[in-house]
Amino acid sequence: MAGPTRGFLGRRRERDPRLPPGQYDAGRDWPVLTAEPTPRIAPETWSITVDGRVESPTTWTWDEAHRLPRSEYRGDIHCVTTWSKFDTWFAGVSVDTLLEAARPTADAHFVMATSKTGYTTNLPLEDVTGGKAWVVWEYDGGPLPVEHGGPVRLLVPHLYFWKSAKWVTRLTLLQRDQPGFWEQNGYHDRGDPWREQRYQGD
Amino acid sequence: MTGWRTATVAEVRRPVPRAVGLRLDVPGRVRHLAGQHYVVRLTAEDGYTAQRSYSVASAPGDPLVELFVERLDDGEVSTFLADVVEPGDTLEVRGPIGGWFVWDCTHPALLVGGGSGVVPLVAMLRAARELGRTDLLRIAVSTRTLAELPYADELLAAGAVVATTREGHGVRPPGRLTAADLVPLWEPGQTAYVCGSAGFADSAGRLLVELGYPATDVRVETFGASG
Repeated sequence: MAGPTRGFLGRRRERDPRLPPGQYDAGRDWPVLTAEPTPRIAPETWSITVDGRVESPTTWTWDEAHRLPRSEYRGDIHCVTTWSKFDTWFAGVSVDTLLEAARPTADAHFVMATSKTGYTTNLPLEDVTGGKAWVVWEYDGGPLPVEHGGPVRLLVPHLYFWKSAKWVTRLTLLQRDQPGFWEQNGYHDRGDPWREQRYQGD
Repeated sequence: MTGWRTATVAEVRRPVPRAVGLRLDVPGRVRHLAGQHYVVRLTAEDGYTAQRSYSVASAPGDPLVELFVERLDDGEVSTFLADVVEPGDTLEVRGPIGGWFVWDCTHPALLVGGGSGVVPLVAMLRAARELGRTDLLRIAVSTRTLAELPYADELLAAGAVVATTREGHGVRPPGRLTAADLVPLWEPGQTAYVCGSAGFADSAGRLLVELGYPATDVRVETFGASG
């Protein structure tokens, strides 16, 4: 690393231990980042499918998904564009619950999440199992706002937020890893904020 | 993806109020694509670092990399870049970054920008000028006042439709971009590039889709306060 930048003092002297390296606290803001026009999806037309390397490919409608055991996440989220947001609250269903029904086969090692818009992002299976990932439709006590992926998005809070695909409609289990949308466009394959896995080669 | 490089500030420009254009000499730089961005990293004496992304305004053929930085009053990085940095200073930079919001200079493109969201679109315009292909571009931008529009002269010279929301402009009353502005700019085979605040990008993207522009042909880049 180069030396100090002339004249730069930095403002935030007390670094919150919840902040991964290179991140700042966005406070109450929740910046909107997107690569495509925001789709308006009526909940009654939404569904989520788990397919690929599973014994029983399964699709849930909005009502069916809401009848699954409810699961909540309370904690922090981190975006590769360097903001982090503390103490967020989301509710929906644990990805574990969906996988339990679809029963991944022994050769399933990765997941490709796909959005209604065609956006994709890839994840190792172990990053979405064991209580680490959700499919969520509530934020902060209300419906998930459309610009943040409403009616339903994936939530994988321990990875950079581009992995938490907005408007998610499909989780496809794969034997081998394949890069998703941003991963093909220069971003890291896994995206662990604590290891600053922002771009390819990090 | 390239690692960190130490760039030297060659020029500091003040194209519009509350913004700075930094022209950087980046040793061994990788030629960028129009629409890409760079990350700037600042390091304090005690090792504290802060980094932010900024769009490149310069054409790929420009020997310097020009970054446009909007100064946010509560910003930590943008205030430093706007108020403190002088020619001769060195800055750590990383880039170019981004493989989606880029224009290849060969296909027709509709550029729709709001405020400082015009910056990557200016890079596209400059790239087109380098290649003599400005015929491929149609441009519509929105700004509060003409005085606040980055690169206003270049955009107007390129025939951009300019909507000013806080003042009249020519025969236009104050107001946002409308369907009537965008429909005449459509061309077959076009890709639309929409860049601006989240609110601007959402409304402009929605307008295009409602008019029948295929959503799959619209690429969006948004930015929020992250000074």
